[in-house]
Amino acid sequence: MSESMAAQPLLDVRDLRVSFRTRSGTVDAVDGISFTVGRGEVLGIVGESGSGKSVSMLSVLGLIDNPNCVVEGEVIFQGEDLLKLDDKELRRIRGKEIAMVFQDPMTALTPVYTAGWHISEQIRAHEKVSKKAAHARAIQLLDAVGIPNSTDRVNSYPHEFSGGMRQRVVIAMALSCNPSLLIADEPTTALDVTIQAQILELLRDLQSEFGSSIVLITHDMGVVSQMSDRVLVMYGGRLAEAGPRRALMRDPLHPYTWGLMGSIPPTDGTRVERLAAIPGAPINPSDPDRDRCLFSSRCGFASDACRPQPGLVEHVHGHLDACVLPYDQRPALRLEALTTVMTESGASA
Amino acid sequence: MSAASTPSPVEGSATPAPLLLEARGVVKHFPIRTSNGKKIVQAVDGVSLQVRAGETLGLVGESGCGKSTLGRCLVRLIEVTEGQVIFDGTDITSMSRRELRSRRTGFQMIFQDPYASLNPRRRALATVEEPMRTHDMGTEQEIRDRAMHLLEIVGFDPSYADRYPHEFSGGQRQRLGIARALAVTPRLLIADEPVSALDVSIQAQVLNLLADLQRDQALTYVFIAHDLAVVHHIADRIGVMYLGELVEVGDSSPLYNHPAHPYTEALLSSIPVIDDEVEKRDRIVLQGDLPSPIDKPGGCAFAPRCRYSQAICVSDKPVLQLLSDGREVACHFPLVAAATTTLTI
Repeated sequence: MSESMAAQPLLDVRDLRVSFRTRSGTVDAVDGISFTVGRGEVLGIVGESGSGKSVSMLSVLGLIDNPNCVVEGEVIFQGEDLLKLDDKELRRIRGKEIAMVFQDPMTALTPVYTAGWHISEQIRAHEKVSKKAAHARAIQLLDAVGIPNSTDRVNSYPHEFSGGMRQRVVIAMALSCNPSLLIADEPTTALDVTIQAQILELLRDLQSEFGSSIVLITHDMGVVSQMSDRVLVMYGGRLAEAGPRRALMRDPLHPYTWGLMGSIPPTDGTRVERLAAIPGAPINPSDPDRDRCLFSSRCGFASDACRPQPGLVEHVHGHLDACVLPYDQRPALRLEALTTVMTESGASA
Repeated sequence: MSAASTPSPVEGSATPAPLLLEARGVVKHFPIRTSNGKKIVQAVDGVSLQVRAGETLGLVGESGCGKSTLGRCLVRLIEVTEGQVIFDGTDITSMSRRELRSRRTGFQMIFQDPYASLNPRRRALATVEEPMRTHDMGTEQEIRDRAMHLLEIVGFDPSYADRYPHEFSGGQRQRLGIARALAVTPRLLIADEPVSALDVSIQAQVLNLLADLQRDQALTYVFIAHDLAVVHHIADRIGVMYLGELVEVGDSSPLYNHPAHPYTEALLSSIPVIDDEVEKRDRIVLQGDLPSPIDKPGGCAFAPRCRYSQAICVSDKPVLQLLSDGREVACHFPLVAAATTTLTI
């Protein structure tokens, strides 16, 4: 166990817990997750609504200002526990060391200020530079994110940009201080597919150019597969599966991951009669029965063994999941899960 | 296996199924006022298409391409500027409001946003009953029984009948919307982005439900979506729209596997794929955005973003031409050979 600086992850989240006090009791939106983000690594977090993927990253940055919210655990970023910092100290890191790109580029920008203002403001909040120098850098950044006529467009207002161009402005803002970590929360969900492809390509290019680490939050298995080095699959505020992208996409272990993949129509040109959908609805985070695998209520292989919640087990190097099914039978069981769906369709015909 | 033995009503049968819906040169223009005076948004600009009974036609395109506007024109939720929509042999664009109302039992619509398209103060059962009352489809008891049956068909327990929309999840609301659309025993359903507001696992459930309903009730669908993979999954034929016009129409699989229009090719290449092998294929990233439908470029509307664009594309507007596999494409340089020789299949 060498603890040299280079081997240490950039971000080390340990047993993160985010709970909200509500009228009907405490809701654990994030229920004890641990993960790391390496230097220069792209980590994809995938899950459906209510899986806790956004809340976990918002809490890392101290961006949840709900007084009924309790955040516990440790978030070690470059040797500091972010959860122990006060707001002033956090502000030094937010936007400079860790930047965030949100889903909706319209609400992320102030309508009454120009693109250039947004970017210069961010630069000047963290560095002592003149307005003029910040403005010049804003133009360079707009160039870097592929906005044509950057010298003119720097003076445009958010409503004068299209959705894709607006997201480019937001990305330029995020990159303005050369952050070592970029958190992108569904950055392309609000965009058209052809624009999504542009933005993903841009993020890939910028990542290789600037070498930042990226945490990409998305519900889209395809997006996560195209962008990430490593993938976390979340369900009900817990990690269902985590692993290197290729291993996880080729040999997914957890029945929930099977279901997520089976729910997407095949993209290779083949057509199936029915999709291998997951029955039921995503678990409600306020469901009081939490001492079990939360997916067991929708899982075709659920048994008494799913209670209490099975722990995360590493099966192959770096590939772990939280499921009691015997590891060596997973491929066969996955096939079985697929064929069950097919016979169901035959039975109802 | 069982799927292969039952031929689809469209492919493989000697006599094609009869036409159920036909659009002839449908145009929808919206006049707007801008700071430079009055202008016209050419939302739908001369679309002709045919839908045969029992088939699913998918309409795909990016936001602003006019696919939803076209969908609304097809059921006359909005009036067309020009052109005709023929449903089951009758022109519905020229009939009176009263006449149209009685014809509406033949075609129904499913909307994208299951939150906005349900009355929040009406219980599930009453929501499904209402269209049957409007069209006077039986006694109170008959209507109630049929509504309960419909709720069951879309997968609800009888105990859900007395719930209000806010007590349902997004996917359940969408299923309620489907039950309501089915209440008047329509032959045609127009589904406008029915799954894009739903979680992935719920999307798959609703797509499966739509497929089951089509098989069991001999329904015809026009399925509008922006996701080419979803459309390819559900549709027998696909129409690709760009800036208010159809640029490619054809059977689902050939269109998906060998796109003929450069825009279809680009749309296809934009789909993020999971499989590593497919990932190696050439990625085409379109430059720029969809042009405004207010000042449409002359010539081919796609030319400014097209990687094959030549001088003729800017000057001359391509019209839909037939390809050797029966597809139609509006392009001067289609990626699949045009129908100059006879079919050999």
